[in-house]
Amino acid sequence: MALVKLHNVNKSFQRETQTVEVFTDLSVDFAEGSFTALMGPSGSGKSTLLNLVAGLDKPTSGSVLVAGSEVTAMNASALAAWRARHIGFVFQSYNLLPVLTARQNVELPLLLTNLSKKERMERCGIALGVVGLDDRMDHYPRQLSGGQEQRVSIARAIVADPTLILLDEPTGQLDAKSSEEVLVLLQRLNTEFRKTIIMVTHDAHAAERAKTILHLDKGLLVEAEGALR
Amino acid sequence: MKIPFVYNVRSVLQRPVSTALTALGIGLVVAVFVAMLALANGFAMALVGTGSADNVIVLRRGADNELSSGIGRDAISIISSFPHVALAADGHPLVSPETYVVINVPRVGADTLAIANVVARGVSDRAFEVRRNIVVTEGRRFQSGKSEICVGQKLVGRFQNTAVGQTMRFAGRDWTVVCHFTAAGSSFESEIWGENEQFQGVFRGNVFQSLTFRLKDPKGFAEARRALQDDQRIQVDAHEERAFYADQSQLLGSILRFLAVMVTSIMAVGAVFGAVNTMYAAVSSRTPEIAVLLTLGFQPRSVLVSFLAESAVIALIGGVIGCLLALPMNGVVTSTTNWASFSELAFAFQVTPQLLLEGLIFSIVMGVVGGFFPARRASKMPVVQALR
Amino acid sequence: MRFLPLVLANLGRHKRRTVLTIISVALALFLFASLRSVVTTLNSGAEVSSASRMVVQNASAIVFTLPQSYANRLKAVPHVKAVTWANWFGGKYGDGRKFFATFAIDPESYVAMYPEIAVPDSQKEAFFHERTSAIAGEGLMKTFGWKLGQNVTFQGTIFPGDWTFTIRGVYHPTTKAIGDDSFMFRYDYLYEKYPAQVTPGWFILQIDDPSAAPQVAKAIDDQFRNSPAPTKTGTEAAFTQGFATMWGNVSLLMNTIGMAVVFAILLVTANAMMMSQRERTSEVAVLKTVGFSNVMIFSLVIIEAAVISLVGAALGLLTAALLPKLAGFDTGGFLPGFHVTAGTAVIGAGVALLLTVASGLVPALGAARLPVVQALRRVE
Repeated sequence: MALVKLHNVNKSFQRETQTVEVFTDLSVDFAEGSFTALMGPSGSGKSTLLNLVAGLDKPTSGSVLVAGSEVTAMNASALAAWRARHIGFVFQSYNLLPVLTARQNVELPLLLTNLSKKERMERCGIALGVVGLDDRMDHYPRQLSGGQEQRVSIARAIVADPTLILLDEPTGQLDAKSSEEVLVLLQRLNTEFRKTIIMVTHDAHAAERAKTILHLDKGLLVEAEGALR
Repeated sequence: MKIPFVYNVRSVLQRPVSTALTALGIGLVVAVFVAMLALANGFAMALVGTGSADNVIVLRRGADNELSSGIGRDAISIISSFPHVALAADGHPLVSPETYVVINVPRVGADTLAIANVVARGVSDRAFEVRRNIVVTEGRRFQSGKSEICVGQKLVGRFQNTAVGQTMRFAGRDWTVVCHFTAAGSSFESEIWGENEQFQGVFRGNVFQSLTFRLKDPKGFAEARRALQDDQRIQVDAHEERAFYADQSQLLGSILRFLAVMVTSIMAVGAVFGAVNTMYAAVSSRTPEIAVLLTLGFQPRSVLVSFLAESAVIALIGGVIGCLLALPMNGVVTSTTNWASFSELAFAFQVTPQLLLEGLIFSIVMGVVGGFFPARRASKMPVVQALR
Repeated sequence: MRFLPLVLANLGRHKRRTVLTIISVALALFLFASLRSVVTTLNSGAEVSSASRMVVQNASAIVFTLPQSYANRLKAVPHVKAVTWANWFGGKYGDGRKFFATFAIDPESYVAMYPEIAVPDSQKEAFFHERTSAIAGEGLMKTFGWKLGQNVTFQGTIFPGDWTFTIRGVYHPTTKAIGDDSFMFRYDYLYEKYPAQVTPGWFILQIDDPSAAPQVAKAIDDQFRNSPAPTKTGTEAAFTQGFATMWGNVSLLMNTIGMAVVFAILLVTANAMMMSQRERTSEVAVLKTVGFSNVMIFSLVIIEAAVISLVGAALGLLTAALLPKLAGFDTGGFLPGFHVTAGTAVIGAGVALLLTVASGLVPALGAARLPVVQALRRVE
């Protein structure tokens, strides 16, 4: 069953006087429980695609359906609330607020719910446990390594039990060892916890961890062989 | 080698809003500083400029202002015959016995609650000679025996019925205004003058409040004072005229100056903090550039000076703005009651070039103080860390 | 509030900046409250006065006195229930540096007219019976270290000579606006020394019906209009207010400076807020991605500005209120009962609110309107 359906999506934007077409009539589905890597040269629009799915950006035309909701139809505040409930997003860098501890960072999405302080703390503990950082809950981002920061970001992305986890170049700034930590975690989230994941990456090694690899080039999607499982 | 100043100028222009806000904050402090000291200046000048250095004013012993003094006619005669008194061209002693009283005069436009105690001074013809700098600007002097008065320039237009030809009413009588006069900006310009005999008739009976005379020997004050004190027939105190009026400005003058310094100091602290914040932020955001400069071989001291200069210039711009804001106050006339003499004193804000200079220097000081620690941090930056 | 840790954490990001800004706000509010208190003290005439008291003074000026014979004639005016009088003495004590009010009063009638000047009964009795006795304010007692029963000597300025009084009473003012540093002695003592010169400086009347005041004023002033000592009669509030106006444009001056001060600090605070926000665009983007709405982001910035302004304001207002007492600050006797009124505090809070909104508005709008995608491009 498709959790995410993009249908005939067009996206273009203005750069000075020119209109740049990112994609034209793009249609793609992502099944529930899938783990998809999105690859392509820079400028191909893979980040844009992710933004569309997350409701951070609106297509010029077309429909984006996520978990049955038409994302293009919601206004800004509705989208914010919807995002809080359904999306967990991890960026390449600067995910964490430097003034908050790991646990407080993870807590952020929960501040938007009605959970009590006790419940929030519990959930944070669990999420950080899943990513293997429960012993560093009270550390500040500057006290963590790059890989650890990304894992905390992932904890934040899952703490509210979202429908979808989206990652934009999560290993882009990391060394090999840290990348490995993160990718193993993602695989676990997908296989053990049945999380639906869409990951944008330019790293073929990282992409191999996913179940499906899609190439986005000049607005066209081409499927390729997935590596492990 | 020195870091070219154009680097600072361009950097400042890159954050126009921050720079403008900081400069403006400092500018306001300078504006208040200049305005308040201009007020204190004006007040002091009005009083300090009153009186001549070679005149002596005599009051009853123990009286500390003209209002509470009382000198009888015989005392006046005795003093007039003292050898220390200069003689006029016609051979008569250059003395001015005067009546001093304070009356309620309604201001123009103000509600009836507003009281102003205006000095009404009874004088003789001699007064215009003894007290230098009295210039009749309109009309003619009052005539003997008539119910006529002259109004000081600072009262004109601010109090009712003060134009030449109009009639003022006080002490149960009508008085025609026959002239206006100036007195080199001194406190006499806030007074109403009339003939001694006329004022004594309605106010004080046969008693004068003061006697002012010119010293024959301009340096002979000490001797004259001793002579007056030793004479058993009279109970008086002699004061140098200029010093006497200057003293009367002491209390209110020092209050105004104290207020000026206190208010602007406190404001300055706030403005300096603003500059501190701005400069720290500037240093933070330009960390890579500073690292590059240091790597290229510029001395840390040059970096320090560079940032200090930047801060000082921003502050100076603020200082100029502040001076421009305060400048229109120059010449604005305001008034208050000088409590020492219990009388209305009108004076004008005096924005002097020196004051403006002080304001600019003040702004630079604020800028340097505010910029010091941030500049120091910039100069002490460990290059390796900065480049990471 | 669950978002408070986030707001506080953000403020703690640049502790120095936050502290400096808070202190700036505190200084501004301190100045503002102090300046405004000068104005409120000057205008406190209404507080000090009673609606059923009126003052009769010489129409020419306050420096002229009125005949003693007026006392009985004033008593006969309809609505007048009691009459008393006083005379300004204006002497110097000690080195004369500390200025305070000294006047001669008609003992029984004056003390009865002013219950606000609270003196214990036993002391009142002493004052009524001893010719050279005096009543001093408790503040004055403290300043000079006087003791009850002590003899004090003044130098007369208007009435020459040395004057010795015995302090038989200490008064405690029942309202803050009446100063606690006045000195009153007996009128008959003054009269005895200078019978030819001394007559009442002003009369104070108690009327039975405050609304009859205009009527009473007219009746009295008409009666004496053509005499050698014409009168000017008004309510006590008008009389006290008249002294306040002698300061001239001081109110205007204080208010103007107050505004300049607030505005200058507004610039400092706004600058600090804007700098903070500029450094945080990526974080705002992250928060929005997580699901914080634009309204929430806006509110968070405003709350941050509010914390700075309110903490600073509280600090400044408190200092303004407490400092005069603690530092023993003396306004030189010119501003009796100088204190920070509740009204000033309220206005101070309003100023703090204004600071919050004005300094936080632009950065809050900026953050709320930050297009996430654009900001995200900066993030990557």
